[in-house]
Amino acid sequence: MNAAASATDRALIEGDIEQYLRTHENKSLLRFITCGSVDDGKSTLIGHLLYKAKALLDDQLSTLAADSRRIGTQGDELDFALLVDGLSAEREQGITIDVAYRFFSTDKRKFIVADTPGHEQYTRNMVTGASTADLAIILIDARKGMLTQTRRHSYLTSLVGIRHVVLAVNKLDLVGYSQQKFAEIEREYRAFIARLGGSIRQVTCIPLSALRGDNIVASSANTPWYRGPSLLDFLESVQIASDSTSAPLRMPVQWVNRPNLDFRGFSGRLLGGSVKPGDTVRVLPSGKISSVERIVDFDGDKAEAVNGESVTLVLADEIDISRGDVICAAQEPAGVADQFETTVVWFDETPMLPGRAYLVKLGASTLGGKLSKPKYAVDVNTLDHVAAATLDLNEVGVCTLTLDRAVPFDAYADNRDMGSFIVIDRLTNRTLAAGTLHFALRRSQNIHWQALEVDKAARARLNGHRPCVLWFTGLSGSGKSTIANLVERKLHTFGVRTYLLDGDNVRHGLNKDLGFTAADRVENIRRIGEVAKLMVDAGLVVLTAFISPFQSERKLARDMLPDGEFVEIFVDAPLAIVERRDPKGLYKKARRGELKNFTGIDSPYEAPASPELHIDAEKLDADVAAERIIAYLHAHDLLTHA
Amino acid sequence: MHSLTSLQRLEAESIDILREAVAESERPVMLYSIGKDSQVMLHLARKAFFPSRPPFPLLHVDTTWKFRDMYAMRERAARESGMDLIVHKNPEAEALGINPFTHGSAKHTDMWKTQGLKQALDLHRFDLAFGGARRDEEKSRAKERVFSFRSAQHQWDPKNQRPELWRLYNTRKNPGESIRVFPLSNWTELDIWQYIHRESIPIVPLYLAAERPVVERDGVLIMVDDERFPLRLGEIPKHKSVRFRTLGCYPLSGAIESDANTLPAIIREMLLATTTERQGRLIDHDSSASMEKKKAEGYF
Ligand SMILES: Nc1nc2c(ncn2[C@@H]2O[C@H](COP(=O)(O)OP(=O)(O)OP(=O)(O)O)[C@@H](O)[C@H]2O)c(=O)[nH]1
Ligand SMILES: [Mg+2]
Repeated sequence: MNAAASATDRALIEGDIEQYLRTHENKSLLRFITCGSVDDGKSTLIGHLLYKAKALLDDQLSTLAADSRRIGTQGDELDFALLVDGLSAEREQGITIDVAYRFFSTDKRKFIVADTPGHEQYTRNMVTGASTADLAIILIDARKGMLTQTRRHSYLTSLVGIRHVVLAVNKLDLVGYSQQKFAEIEREYRAFIARLGGSIRQVTCIPLSALRGDNIVASSANTPWYRGPSLLDFLESVQIASDSTSAPLRMPVQWVNRPNLDFRGFSGRLLGGSVKPGDTVRVLPSGKISSVERIVDFDGDKAEAVNGESVTLVLADEIDISRGDVICAAQEPAGVADQFETTVVWFDETPMLPGRAYLVKLGASTLGGKLSKPKYAVDVNTLDHVAAATLDLNEVGVCTLTLDRAVPFDAYADNRDMGSFIVIDRLTNRTLAAGTLHFALRRSQNIHWQALEVDKAARARLNGHRPCVLWFTGLSGSGKSTIANLVERKLHTFGVRTYLLDGDNVRHGLNKDLGFTAADRVENIRRIGEVAKLMVDAGLVVLTAFISPFQSERKLARDMLPDGEFVEIFVDAPLAIVERRDPKGLYKKARRGELKNFTGIDSPYEAPASPELHIDAEKLDADVAAERIIAYLHAHDLLTHA
Repeated sequence: MHSLTSLQRLEAESIDILREAVAESERPVMLYSIGKDSQVMLHLARKAFFPSRPPFPLLHVDTTWKFRDMYAMRERAARESGMDLIVHKNPEAEALGINPFTHGSAKHTDMWKTQGLKQALDLHRFDLAFGGARRDEEKSRAKERVFSFRSAQHQWDPKNQRPELWRLYNTRKNPGESIRVFPLSNWTELDIWQYIHRESIPIVPLYLAAERPVVERDGVLIMVDDERFPLRLGEIPKHKSVRFRTLGCYPLSGAIESDANTLPAIIREMLLATTTERQGRLIDHDSSASMEKKKAEGYF
């Protein structure tokens, strides 16, 4: 239903409807909930807020008036709770059972409010409302002060990551609008929140009467001692951190779009970051790397998509991706694990059974999983950690979650959608619990190795790419180090584990004892070959940037490695050119005879006959050369694991 | 870096819901009622699965009493989307000639719509059905989950709904049970119109004002859409400039007098209106908790 508009809005609607629509479309949206203990006045407050914000139309008002007379709790006056308590069972009993979503807007903002039930029995419905909210209004009946449910709801509010809380001290009309009472409750509540820790960053306390309307949309004469904003003023102005596009890209694949053999798109919603064609992405859990070719849209391809958008991506490479995989920023991929420390809220009458095979839904993956006996349960009243053998209805505890296979994830604190899960009963299909991931437990990284030997293949799986040596060879000054450095930097941003061996880190240590005689040059290369081989075995992409002038030593190094893992890159620049460049003045020195056995001057350079890559260093810019090398690695599947 | 407007956010959320539902069901179907919400839902489905065709059929549970313009729109939607269109008419209602004039709106709605829907779902063994209902329409809708579980008897148990957290929809069900999915749950009437306007989505022309033949009954303007309309003695249809805020069976849809014949004009009228859109829907006035009751019985 539409808010009967404010006077300014009305003028605009009548005058320039298109302009009004543009303004309206750009209003920010605030999602909030009301929560707190039974009968504290949550539904009444929402009803009254809708009424005062002129969000009710004539037919709704006349229905409300009729309902109030018939079944209301307020005699002949309006019972605002009836506006939100829409189920017949709720109206009969005068309580809220399930969350009601209501929509209204003012000239400043749009709102979705979820009125949640106070009864402990329906805690799951309160959490349902809270899980998508930016802000929580927690009500307290001023006569009763803080109750267990107040604490429980505050705890759950913080658990789902809500940052802003309004403490609405309600029913002030029944305590003579006592400032002292308000101050006492505020003090007690702030002390509780301080101990709670968690996500709550801001608590705003407002004295209210949900029934009489004090401080709902305007300051009330009954509370002259209160100088703060009215509830609506606050809701209209509170700053909510917008979902950050600066977070790394996450897109769980919901659906693989294959209309025909020529098209293969991956559909999902961006749960972090942004994406553009050309971006390098890493697909988890496989770890395969590719880049985004197109962002396909009904209205034509898009140049960019941002956090929150539902998109279909086409990748540059044919890689096997299925529902549940997550497309991530290559340089900041999500974690992949199968065991986690988690906080679990239990929703079902049947208690949790540690070790039972449940179904767990996390992102777009549904898979088997087990919960451990709780490390501890949380007493929501005292916030104490208490020993527990299981979790009963509405209990909260910290448990280990073990999944049947490793899945991509982020900690809940970093990304709500990548770090949350629900637990489903295999037989009844009921949603038994919800939880948040804190961090992966160590076993996850080790689990694969329990079954397997830790060998090169296993390391490649863990790294998400295959190891190899990129053996750069060429005259001094041809650009080997420059290009090797560029390649290493690019690989690093893809998440590839690399190591660059060059004169600086080898000549000064391992090969400190070697000079430049032919014999020493041979030994130099042999040692480098051996070190590179160990590093390849350790799973790294090793880059070596040495002149390595002799055919036979390069062959020696090549023969130490299996086929395909030695990539010889000839950085080819004619002597005349490098001698003109002479970046370190070495050629001049050699010409003057101050440097003996200098390659190209008084020692030969044997050009490779058939290198894997031949870089024309005279013509090619270093960055272009580096791109060619990366392209070669992609083409030979070296950047994905076998 | 731009952030999304609330309309873009709603669109993204609905597409997310559509895809999730399709990925997790065996035999999905889209309930298509030809109204503005259905048009928006269909448009979103075409976006969600593009360049594929939405991987499910459209189901129209027909009452044979829709406006003629609606039938025209139905054929056009099927043609343009390339989707299969299933039209189901309850054979029992057909045999008995159930109609709102002789049998009353409650019986008419139950036989054609509620029973017809259940028949169609059972007949085709659909395990998931999309519906275009919005939470802002009505009090019991405001309580419903996005993924709403139905027993094998198509019943909704409002007191025992599954918790629904974040974007983690539990779509599991046993054979015979089904899920109703409401991709437009969080849209308001204004959002719908604004989106239709922005996306140039085709709608049945009856939403826009035009001269139409109407008679006034119990203070409600009813359009005489075809010759089946039983005129009372001396009753002569008058031509008035009218339009409809919601569309259903023509004998049960109240028209409003209006000159608003463009989208911006009807949006303006809606924003300045003092009553809700359901005001024009005669079926809701039968009893106060009628929607919840009908839904519990299997109505959409
Ligand atoms: N005097 C007075 N009564 C109030 C006030 N707010 C609510 N009430 C009354 O308190 C009773 C409970 O109000 P509800 O709004 O239903 O409470 P609730 O918190 O929504 O209850 P549940 O949702 O069932 O937990 C009703 O009779 C209200 O009229 C207030 O500010 N002052
Ligand atoms: Mg309530």
